[in-house]
Amino acid sequence: MPTLPIVPASEHPARAEFWNGVRDQMPLLLGVVPFGLIFGALAVTAGLSAFEAQGFSWFVFAGSAQFISVGLIEQAAPAMVIILTILVVNLRHALYSANLAPHLAHLPPRWKVVLAWLLTDEAFAVASARYQRPDLRWAHWYTLGTGLTLWAAWQASTAAGILLGARVPAVWALDFALPLTFMALLMPNVTDRPTMAAALAGALLSVGLTGLPFRLGLVVSAVLAVGLGLLVERQLKRGTVGAESGP
Amino acid sequence: MNASVWLIIAGGTLVTYLIRLSFIALLPADRLPPLFMRGLRFVPAAVLAAIIAPALLRPEGSLALSLANDRLLAGVLAGLVAVRTRNTWLTIGIGMIALWILSAF
Repeated sequence: MPTLPIVPASEHPARAEFWNGVRDQMPLLLGVVPFGLIFGALAVTAGLSAFEAQGFSWFVFAGSAQFISVGLIEQAAPAMVIILTILVVNLRHALYSANLAPHLAHLPPRWKVVLAWLLTDEAFAVASARYQRPDLRWAHWYTLGTGLTLWAAWQASTAAGILLGARVPAVWALDFALPLTFMALLMPNVTDRPTMAAALAGALLSVGLTGLPFRLGLVVSAVLAVGLGLLVERQLKRGTVGAESGP
Repeated sequence: MNASVWLIIAGGTLVTYLIRLSFIALLPADRLPPLFMRGLRFVPAAVLAAIIAPALLRPEGSLALSLANDRLLAGVLAGLVAVRTRNTWLTIGIGMIALWILSAF
């Protein structure tokens, strides 16, 4: 394995890329740190031990899935259903994986294994912007910088939230920050009529299916909503064939 | 220590990591059914909306379609802010403040 020579940041492009990645990830920590705080506090008030709460952040490392899991644990949902829900909630990371794959194809496996581990919504947002810019020889160091920064901030803010725990007053209604965050993440994903249909179907179905056994409502709603999105897309394509020249 | 919580963490870690690793190291995108690849595009909208809606419409568990539902009103306002500004922090900030003000009355 080639190792990097120890040289000042200004002299080695790998180091410069790494620190640029760290720097560019910083503004997004404004969003991640309160989120981690709330997760840590919610997890211990829901009855998880400090180790379990930190374990979620350390290993699963996926904010939205962690919040949903804690809610489901509180409602005593079966473990298999919670794992299935995590799978569905995190399926969007497959999009990021597909997106980064061509840029990482030339790297040795150890790089792929680490960069995949660090792949999150926020790190992907910053890293994918880097791949739009020229000179990508050392860009994987940039991606590593973004991912590690986010990971460290997520661990530290979770730990702080665990320490605060029940001292966060219930009237602050901090749990409401989660649907609000998702509202902000949702809107950029609703770009056309098929995605709008998928979003509406997901919303209506999940409200209607909350009584489903084993708390499967979220999983079933999401799968059906994706199906409806595909259906609407196909119908629209059929309707416009011949009517429009371009896509 | 609760064994099933650690089971959930282990299982959640495995599925999440396999998803993240999927196209980077495990499977080339052209080997998957095209329907699956097209469907991926709808996953964020479907999942996020399915998480948000019950939190606003069933805040206490039962359907609450009324003006007395503070979370529904604050959530709708935040949704409008999200559409207009596309700003995460403004969306969360205005939504939280709206909820605090509404629940104070």
